[in-house]
Amino acid sequence: MPAPSCGPIKNAWGPGFWAGFVACGIVLIVIVPALNLWVPPASRIALPDYLVPLLGKYLCYGLLALSLDLIWGYAGILSLGHGAFFALGGYCIGMHLMRQIGTRGVYGNPLLPDFMVFLNWKELPWFWWGFDHFAFAAAMVVLVPGLLALVFGWLAFRSRVTGVYLSIITQAMTYALMLAFFRNDMGFGGNNGMTDYKDILGCDVHQPSTRLGLYLASVVALGLGYLLCRFITASKLGRVLLALRDAESRVRFLGYSVTNAKLFVFTVSALLAGIAGALYVPQVGIINPSEFSPGNSIEIAIWVSVGGRGTLSGAILGAVLVNAGKTWLTGAAPETWLFVLGALFVLTTLIFPRGIVGLLRQARWVRPRATAPLPAGEQA
Amino acid sequence: MNAAAPATDALLYLNGVTVSFDGFKALNDLSLVIDKGELRTIIGPNGAGKTTMMNVVTGKTRPDAGEVFFRGTADLSRLDEAAIANLGIGRKFQRPTVFENLTIFENLELSLTDSRKTWGTLFARLTPDRHDRIAATLARIGLTEQSVQLAGSLSHGQKQWLEIGMLLIHDRSLLLLDEPVAGMTDRETEETTALILDLAKDRTIVVVEHDMAFVRSLGARVTVLHEGSVLAEGSIDHVQNDPRVIEVYLGR
Repeated sequence: MPAPSCGPIKNAWGPGFWAGFVACGIVLIVIVPALNLWVPPASRIALPDYLVPLLGKYLCYGLLALSLDLIWGYAGILSLGHGAFFALGGYCIGMHLMRQIGTRGVYGNPLLPDFMVFLNWKELPWFWWGFDHFAFAAAMVVLVPGLLALVFGWLAFRSRVTGVYLSIITQAMTYALMLAFFRNDMGFGGNNGMTDYKDILGCDVHQPSTRLGLYLASVVALGLGYLLCRFITASKLGRVLLALRDAESRVRFLGYSVTNAKLFVFTVSALLAGIAGALYVPQVGIINPSEFSPGNSIEIAIWVSVGGRGTLSGAILGAVLVNAGKTWLTGAAPETWLFVLGALFVLTTLIFPRGIVGLLRQARWVRPRATAPLPAGEQA
Repeated sequence: MNAAAPATDALLYLNGVTVSFDGFKALNDLSLVIDKGELRTIIGPNGAGKTTMMNVVTGKTRPDAGEVFFRGTADLSRLDEAAIANLGIGRKFQRPTVFENLTIFENLELSLTDSRKTWGTLFARLTPDRHDRIAATLARIGLTEQSVQLAGSLSHGQKQWLEIGMLLIHDRSLLLLDEPVAGMTDRETEETTALILDLAKDRTIVVVEHDMAFVRSLGARVTVLHEGSVLAEGSIDHVQNDPRVIEVYLGR
């Protein structure tokens, strides 16, 4: 038979994709800063300084949602504890920022952060060593969430914990971490967490220029994270993931190690979540144990399903739109937010299970294989 | 590899295999020998242990007692599903299980003899050589025109063929087929019979089946299982005339 000339497996890296990717990049990297820096503040199209870290925060949420979509949309692993990896990345950078304060704290202690002086501690605990250096903290941002995911994932996937059971133990994991971090004795600031940061890499964190720099770093991290996820999902491994999502035991009988494949994407996903957390903390100026709360992790799953599960770009879109809506609504009518969030989730599940991206694709034209189709009989 | 490895040149060797679930013995001291190149059919009433036997051979179920050897040296009771599959044992399930959200082509691509390592699959490229093998298999199972359709859109019979194609392309030396014609039309059954006989020319096949007409059309040696062990073995005429077989299975 004549072989099809172009090959029946869709090329994920066509010119259409790059055009869209570069266009988004130009908007985020060129136009947004230009509107902030060069348009006079009185103009209607000017982007005020306070919006820059807010946008940066949304992009961090976008990276976090992307990391969940990689494992949930493609491998069918619904982690409801992904906020834990985000928070751990955030704590790692928070510790570095605390060390950067030096003698400028309320107590002016050259050796210890304020909360340790308050607790009457005499010396720095061993697990704070090294966080004076940015490079060390940056390494920890990926190592700590990555190692936790590796160990947790190995135990869970080796024992073939799947579906709702896996979701429940990930909830338990983040809840346990929250309770642990609430304790003052842990040495991470307890209930109050860490705040009052002064500078990062020698730049004052309150300066608009620093904030713009952090925003741009978030854009770059999101872009690279997106390319990585697209590379994984477009590879043969991506097809193995889709296959194991739908018929796990069949994949085993074909000779693939389901445990290793899941462990790989779960760890990559945790690394991305950790990086998102590390970029988030300097922009919002605080990290505390409530970041570990189970509700936060569930919210990530809502962003992904609103945007469109198994689409990657939809996860980012969902995170940005839902959070922009949250910012607006919690200002305009704060008491309604939780109801709206709940309604959004119900509507997505019932009416548009493929999310916003699914709706857009349906409305325009059918691009059959650009997204990961949902498993049969499952909606969200 | 193992001191207790039996001196046998049989491809598949089960000796005294027992599996119990909460006291119920699904397999009871089952012994079975399949020679290289053989086509064997296994029949038996519901609950006779046919599927459990396949689960033991493919590593899904661990036997409580007994030994299971492949090629005389590989102790299957110690390996997991993926390792057993990579030894060259393929399995077709009772219900067709193809990857419904992948295309026919992609289903075959995942089944190619190729790196199974996670890292290997991340950087795998579809070479022209692999592409040709997929195309050849598509032609053999008659699904060339459907190659870019999602497997979920196929008819029941086509899914069965795709599943057989997935086993073919992996070059397994032993195929275990669990009720390959269940739910097929007469015409599909005929085509499947021809396909199995064709495949049996260069590999070993074990077929588990209910349908006596189909078993007869394969014309192979028949093993009758009953309550987890072998009741009779021989040609189809031989077992059909065995009074014990008539009593427990055919006579009802």
